[in-house]
Amino acid sequence: MAKIAFDDDSAVVIIGSGAGGGTLANELCQKGIKVVVLEAGATQSVANFINDEWKSFSQLAWLDARTTSGSWRIAKDFPGLPAWICKTVGGTTTHWAGASLRLQEHEFKVRTHYGAIKGANLMDWPLTLQDLEPWYDKAEDKMGVTRTHGIPGLPGNNNFKVMHAGATKLGYKEVHTGRMAINSRPRDGRGSCQQIGFCFQGCKSGAKWSVLYAELPKAEATGNLDLRPESHVTRIEHNAAGKVTGVMYVDKAGQEQRQKARVVCVAGNAIETPRLLLLSASDKFRDGLANSSGQVGRNYMRHMTGSVYAAFKEPVHMYRGTTMAGIVSDEAGNKPKRGFVGGYEMETLSLGVPFMAAFLNPGGWGAEFAWWMEHYSQLAGMWLVGEDMPRETNRVTLNANVKDKYGNPVPNVHFDDHANDIAMRNHAYTQGERIYKAAGAIRTFRTPPYPSTHNLGTCRMGASPADSVCNAYGQTHDIPNLFISDGSQFTTGGAENPTLTIVALAIRQADHIATRMSQRTL
Amino acid sequence: MQAIRIAAASRGAASTATAGHQLPLTRREFLRGTGLLLGTLAIGTPIAALAPSRAWALELKALDTATGDTLLKFGRVLYPHPILPDAVYALLVKDLDAMAAADPKMAAQLRDGVAGLDRATGGAFAKAKPAAQLAAVKAIEGKPFFATVRGKCVTALYDNEMTWTAFGYPGESFSKGGYIRRGFQDLKWLPDPPADASPPPHLG
Repeated sequence: MAKIAFDDDSAVVIIGSGAGGGTLANELCQKGIKVVVLEAGATQSVANFINDEWKSFSQLAWLDARTTSGSWRIAKDFPGLPAWICKTVGGTTTHWAGASLRLQEHEFKVRTHYGAIKGANLMDWPLTLQDLEPWYDKAEDKMGVTRTHGIPGLPGNNNFKVMHAGATKLGYKEVHTGRMAINSRPRDGRGSCQQIGFCFQGCKSGAKWSVLYAELPKAEATGNLDLRPESHVTRIEHNAAGKVTGVMYVDKAGQEQRQKARVVCVAGNAIETPRLLLLSASDKFRDGLANSSGQVGRNYMRHMTGSVYAAFKEPVHMYRGTTMAGIVSDEAGNKPKRGFVGGYEMETLSLGVPFMAAFLNPGGWGAEFAWWMEHYSQLAGMWLVGEDMPRETNRVTLNANVKDKYGNPVPNVHFDDHANDIAMRNHAYTQGERIYKAAGAIRTFRTPPYPSTHNLGTCRMGASPADSVCNAYGQTHDIPNLFISDGSQFTTGGAENPTLTIVALAIRQADHIATRMSQRTL
Repeated sequence: MQAIRIAAASRGAASTATAGHQLPLTRREFLRGTGLLLGTLAIGTPIAALAPSRAWALELKALDTATGDTLLKFGRVLYPHPILPDAVYALLVKDLDAMAAADPKMAAQLRDGVAGLDRATGGAFAKAKPAAQLAAVKAIEGKPFFATVRGKCVTALYDNEMTWTAFGYPGESFSKGGYIRRGFQDLKWLPDPPADASPPPHLG
């Protein structure tokens, strides 16, 4: 591991070590660039991940104070937990399910395809699917995505059997075990999936791609990485010329440190990234860094989500095996005749008894709730995930009334569903229930969205500095040596699980930064 | 009589109950707490088969026996599972008692809440008819006392191995090699998907 001095201003400083930041770190290190990664969370490992939902949640989840507002049900049921993401080395790649789907061509151009939609801040991405295809290809190879690069699909579990039987009976055609960044065969020094069933709790076989053990060790091996866990960045600093010069952070001993930087890349996820830019406001940048457009923190997206659980007469044991290796993609296209724009995926999902109690119907009680819990072993489950509408009013702001342990305002996450989101969710619920009824369900249940796992859009990329925060490389319009390196960059959300796109953008951004550094234009 | 003492945090308590760390209660220990709940696991249930002893006991630190018993019955109205023994609902009482012991305001909320349930059912909620109990609970839905007890139920009742056993959830699987050789695709009442949708597992 490299040791980069606090006053060394030649390195790239990356804030966050998840899908965006961790991938970027390895890519830059491979190109011979010195990198400091500041990660707020602690280091865990395959060996100490825990096959226990609540214990694992305590180990991995980001539990720093946050507040919520708006009409979304999360603000009522989980007011302090808007998002279910991680504070640990490797970020949410420890917890993610592994679904790795490319955005569709039209999803990069939604303003063009969907037109103007009232109450939605639609905009085309400043890049196209064709621009991103080579980088998607590299990302899929890096992550070992099944059904790409000759990698076989995963074997379907019982939960998938139910989904497949019902979906094909309804006439759906695109039904399989998905494109998953989980080894179906040993690959890249990691073993194959053991069907443990605790994908969300950190993969104890290491078959699932995670930055923690698939990227950071390779970065360390170059001698270019200085990874500092339990280092919470509180401020990004800049000089009179308006370039960033480094960051202030609190280290694991509680000491405040200043790390100089040539380039700063922010990858704290779509809640912490805009929060940090806003917290870094100065006399020169009164509304926060990179915020001349006023878009920092706005257009917060979380995907249209929901779940359908169904009870059957016979046992299913949905908890056995890969949690999300099962997909129906037939509804993913843009077919406005359904009553909404955009599309959605249906993906297998299961929760254990502890989380089923917490999330099946938050706040629910009584004989009805008890019935579902008692039928646990006879349940099948799916997650619905689709494109939600970016809205300027859905946003991350600083809540001056609540302070974190460093004395800084916590982020408030405000969200109201757009009518399009609601129409899509209702359609998806109906189709999910139809799938299970076709497979013989005796009852079905519409579970509301969980705390957000896909947090996107709060520093969107765009062609114009007037209405976006960064360009197609994640470089902020206002500050050339400040980059956005996570899902905050997304102009719009698409229907697909975002990690593959975050990784593809990170690989592309690393190439851009390395080129610009070698040209001495950065 | 040997009894399982329900003492540690909820998951720990379940582990204690099922792992055989039973602690026989002496008369002195009986007298130490302010309240005491006792019960017996039914013969022939999977939970009883796991437990080292059918009898269980819960000492209360802050609440009296009647309050603890009413909270246990309140838990049964909120989440009625005839297949779960009182020992599971005692985990709820244990967690609430711990909250009461740590915070006098919480103790007052629980005592006042129980008194309210008793009043609403004409004297003794614990002995009232099921319909009267349900009506009394519905009448306080959303109130702080209701929210405290219901919220605690989510973890106390469902994050313990007795409940998992009763519902057929085995918990961790890594130590057993996952499910790749233990039935992850053993469902027989629907057709198997074709190999292109679901390729065979790699067992190598």
